[in-house]
Amino acid sequence: MATENKQTMKPFSVHMNKDLQRRYRAEKRFQRCGIAAIAIALSFLALLFASIIGSGYTAFRQTFIELDVHFSEDLFKDENLAAADYAGLIKQALRTAFPEVKERRALKSLYMLVSPGAAFSLQDMVKEDSRLIGSRQKIWVPANDDVDMLIKGQMKATEAEADRRLKDDQLGWIGQLEKDGKLETRFNTTFFTSGDSREPELAGIWGAVKGSFYSLLITLLLSFPIGVAAAVYLEEFAPKNFWTDIIEVNINNLAAVPSIIFGLLGLAIFINFWGLPRSTPLVGGLVLTLMTLPVIIIAGRASLKSVPPSIREAALGIGASKMQMVTHHVLPLAMPGMLTGAIIGMARALGDTAPLLMIGMVAFIVDIPGGFTDSATALPVQIYLWADSSERAFTEKTSAAIMVLLAFLICMNAAAVIMRKKFETKW
Amino acid sequence: MNVKSLFLASALTMTLVSTGTAMAARDAISIVGSSTVYPFSTAVAEQFGKTSNFKTPKIESTGTGGGFKLFCGGVGVSFPDISNASRAIKDSEKETCTANGVKDIVEVKIGYDGIVLANAKTAAPMKLTRKEIYLALAKEVPDAAHAGKFIANPYKTWKDINPELPATAIEVLGPPPTSGTRDAFVEMVMVAGAEKFDFIKAMSKSDKNAFKAATETLREDGAYIEAGENDNLIVQKLQANPKAFGIFGFSFLDQNADVVQGAVIEGEVPTFEAISAGKYPVSRPLFFYVKKAHIDVIPGIKEFTAEFTSEKAWGPEGYLADKGMIPMPDAERKQVAADVASLKTM
Repeated sequence: MATENKQTMKPFSVHMNKDLQRRYRAEKRFQRCGIAAIAIALSFLALLFASIIGSGYTAFRQTFIELDVHFSEDLFKDENLAAADYAGLIKQALRTAFPEVKERRALKSLYMLVSPGAAFSLQDMVKEDSRLIGSRQKIWVPANDDVDMLIKGQMKATEAEADRRLKDDQLGWIGQLEKDGKLETRFNTTFFTSGDSREPELAGIWGAVKGSFYSLLITLLLSFPIGVAAAVYLEEFAPKNFWTDIIEVNINNLAAVPSIIFGLLGLAIFINFWGLPRSTPLVGGLVLTLMTLPVIIIAGRASLKSVPPSIREAALGIGASKMQMVTHHVLPLAMPGMLTGAIIGMARALGDTAPLLMIGMVAFIVDIPGGFTDSATALPVQIYLWADSSERAFTEKTSAAIMVLLAFLICMNAAAVIMRKKFETKW
Repeated sequence: MNVKSLFLASALTMTLVSTGTAMAARDAISIVGSSTVYPFSTAVAEQFGKTSNFKTPKIESTGTGGGFKLFCGGVGVSFPDISNASRAIKDSEKETCTANGVKDIVEVKIGYDGIVLANAKTAAPMKLTRKEIYLALAKEVPDAAHAGKFIANPYKTWKDINPELPATAIEVLGPPPTSGTRDAFVEMVMVAGAEKFDFIKAMSKSDKNAFKAATETLREDGAYIEAGENDNLIVQKLQANPKAFGIFGFSFLDQNADVVQGAVIEGEVPTFEAISAGKYPVSRPLFFYVKKAHIDVIPGIKEFTAEFTSEKAWGPEGYLADKGMIPMPDAERKQVAADVASLKTM
């Protein structure tokens, strides 16, 4: 029966079956290509994350050494507490911990175990509570970066002594401290609370985060209103003529201009012509505004275009003025799309270093900026500067800072997606 | 009409912004210049900021040339106070300075930096002369068959240059032409190596341009690889490829002595002692330049230079030595410190 059926329909069905199968195969191939493309992209992303997290997660912990510090009254005779010899206190505490070390060179290498920042933390403690003077305290101070690298296993202790940053006697002391429970790794709060430093164990990202925050605040405050106003005017009010065409072409062009060019423009106009101070979030924000504006205008126009004309006609039909139509009906409906565009533009501005290079924000700045006209760096710039430092411990700091930057970017992009999902109107 | 109002609006905003931010006096020192001096300058700045009542100086790493361009731009708070340099200021730069009213400049020599040719610890250490390095890396080298003629560099392995060297392919990772380290390497190794040939030495007088081209052009056939400005990256690449050599500053060798080793050049191992004694041939002085007109205008410049030239910073036991800077001999340090204290101008 089946064979008979097949035979009767042969000329037509065989041809069609073949064709159909070929088309199915083609579709399968196409889908497989798509899946392969996604798999390749994902595996690169996984590789990136694995290498960054693998080399950076250790930066969130820091080695500390416990010292028995005696805040002797003799050292604090001066009224000015900042003038006391805090480094001397640390040295004295180390000498008490290892009384057998006497020789000058050996003492020097003993002092090297503790970070030079330890003296400053003692100073802060005394400033906060002057009752400490005269007492004996057990204090955990940060270890030097070499010790930290050794404890985290990023420095080999097996090489010949001359080729190691830490010598045999230092390794002995570290071993003894470990045995006595006077050496441990803790969560590295310094990394999140302090500014840049030449000592890896004292370096933090807070200064850079604040610099980025101030720059982006200026960018948002300027580029969002200007961008929305430009988009609304061009889309709803502007006459369609030669001039608006030119403007449109130029905006699209600007969106594709390499960001370093905005940096050059910022240098020429904001710093050299207007005389705004170099290296400040004010100038950084202005330059990033120039860079973000076209993105926001284009996104804004696209979302205004997606509002159906029937809404406009209905509004006008019941007697609304053109401005009422825009402000009451079109703009609220287009807002989610505009906000998404703004967030994506801001995320790009957060990750960009090139324009900041020209306006002096690639700089070593220790003090945490307190306003728009204080010198500051930005998060990606901090990563760039650390990646160039010779101390080994900065490698993990670099990766850790990248992780923080990625976390911010993921948050921003997720916010854009959520906003779109939540407020999007389906027609 | 629309275009007109647009222009009007933008002109209005411009005036608003420019009048709104009158130039404020600066209370932190602004430093620009060499990326080689940057790690030392920043270390001093941080120490200075923490131990004095002044603000921590702001330091930009612009490269020596870029630094002088900003520094010589003029006198006033919008121009930097100090410029770091990995070479002495050029006459042309001095002229620019004078033309812009920057007349009194204090030169401060701070120490030395060695440049090393290093390979991975896993490979055998190398003994080289500057002549051999020149022959390995120049684009065109003297023809062995015809004296006084140049040919495209024919050497593939180190053994081709000197039979005593290993038969590994020549592969050197180094900085790009924008780098000060590259300039110094070319000057101290390539030019010095080329001058071992008498006819090239004669060229330096007779035909300056040809001399420059012959000595300063590096190979482009893959034996010399421009590895970017990031020395950490070069160190990592050397670990991955034990056959390759890298060119970078001594401080990176010092920090990574457990994974890379410096080649012996002209019989001298690149050590702290050899460089500071002036025995290691590839080392250069480092400087910073202070604008005298800014002293007493910007707070803390005098104190900053005092901190930089104090024994606890630049001395043999100082913290700059820990960062990899090679200190000057005692007498020279004393002399420079005295000149700086009296603000002796150039």
